[in-house]
Amino acid sequence: MALRHATIEKNVILLAVLTLVTVVIGGLVQIIPLFTIESTIERVRGVRPYSPLELMGRNIYIREGCYVCHSQQIRAFRDEVERYGHYSLAAESMFDHPFQWGSKRTGPDLARVGGKYSNDWHVAHLIDPRAVVPESIMPAYAFLANRPLQYADMPRHLSALRATGVPYSDEMIANAIADLEAQANPEGDPAAVLRRYPRAVAGVGSRTGPVTEMDALVAYLQMLGTLVDFRDVRPEDLRQ
Amino acid sequence: MPTKIEKDEITGTETTGHEWDGIKELNTPLPKWWVYIFYATIAWSLVYFVLYPAIPSLSGHTNGTLGYWSRGEMNASLEEGRAQRAPFVNRIRAASLEDIRRTPELLNFAIAGGRVAFAENCAPCHQAGGAGTRGYPSLADDVWLWGGTIADIHQSIAYGVRNANERSRTSQMPRFGADGMLDAAQIQDVAEFVLSLTNRSTDAARVARGATVFAENCVSCHGDRGEGNVEFGAPALNGQVWLYGGDRATIVESITNSRSGNMPAWSERLDDATVKMLAVYVHALGGGR
Repeated sequence: MALRHATIEKNVILLAVLTLVTVVIGGLVQIIPLFTIESTIERVRGVRPYSPLELMGRNIYIREGCYVCHSQQIRAFRDEVERYGHYSLAAESMFDHPFQWGSKRTGPDLARVGGKYSNDWHVAHLIDPRAVVPESIMPAYAFLANRPLQYADMPRHLSALRATGVPYSDEMIANAIADLEAQANPEGDPAAVLRRYPRAVAGVGSRTGPVTEMDALVAYLQMLGTLVDFRDVRPEDLRQ
Repeated sequence: MPTKIEKDEITGTETTGHEWDGIKELNTPLPKWWVYIFYATIAWSLVYFVLYPAIPSLSGHTNGTLGYWSRGEMNASLEEGRAQRAPFVNRIRAASLEDIRRTPELLNFAIAGGRVAFAENCAPCHQAGGAGTRGYPSLADDVWLWGGTIADIHQSIAYGVRNANERSRTSQMPRFGADGMLDAAQIQDVAEFVLSLTNRSTDAARVARGATVFAENCVSCHGDRGEGNVEFGAPALNGQVWLYGGDRATIVESITNSRSGNMPAWSERLDDATVKMLAVYVHALGGGR
């Protein structure tokens, strides 16, 4: 045989070339599929970037480690779909940096929790989970209601996300702070926010006092899983 | 390093030709059973590539001759579950709420199905068994904010209360204090009057003044004697059941800032049959009219 071990091991150039060929094959097998990743994102309508208030709520969700006990990923199994609703789509987390799929369910999945409960329920539940769910073992997050939301850097926040590929427009960035306050204000006019961020849940804040971290988290939770209208989607459209 | 391959005398196996200080390495072949299983896995991978989605391309991947996709498999199992339940679910969908109540086997199925849906969707607010808690009315007693007939209950579940659905139940108590419609003394007076409806007042002069305020501001929804009105979801003020609390401080707070609990329109999340089963289940919890 021409390529006996001894031959390869004694010829450093041949060894280097063959090593390179091997590594290239391994690399291409892993890298080429990533070029086709667009084809795995379902073409559904309705998914939009997070509104500024939702985005801050999402940051609090991450800061408090909610993902440690709650997943946001309804798997394509009958038992999950019958309990939580339509299975999660790749499209629904395409603007997530990073995604919050999670890997453990100490509490229930939250991928479609939006709209399931009232805003008041979320506030009562975050302040004292046992007040509404007696068997819950979730920690209380009452302090969120007392902490004013820090959002002065909101436009830069959106700009940074735009750099990663989230399609925030100049208009969205310019109005970031106004949109955040308008979405929180229960007596404000949310028309502009809803035009830029359809289906956002407005008026989650209190009439008095600053926007709190609680308001932002509730706005985020109430949006989860509500963007895609599955009545428009046929099962075969979701074939990846 | 010598590279001479020779036969080891003791084992009869060839050496690799490597030798270190007189120690030679045997080139023992892999067991035959192992080698054949290894070849079989390679052969199976080729079969798998043909049958199942496997090889990525620039615009997707090969689909395989079986046409398998995991979401399709789940759709089939969902269909299977629907087919198993269909004999009853179709009858529930077709039957009126009254007919379901009159037909024992439909009633049993509806209550069983309703219990499961209630535990997942309703119990977080209304508590297990519909016991209710502060701000979330009990469904197990015979006091109803928006009516306790099975049709009323079905309406409340399907379209909810104070939400964006156009058929939602809706009403809004004014914020008498926060919006300056009543001053602090008037609010104390009318709170005293409300307490008097359940014989808990301590100041007859206040009750008299409060009765006037009540007559001018409250009777259109809560009724002459505070009996409430299910048309507006206005709770009775003359009973022992209080949604937010019946002590003086809570009553003053309710008059000052109003209350407006809300509930989702479940027909937007659940199918018709499930909403019907929930209505039957809630009606059967104890207080249905």
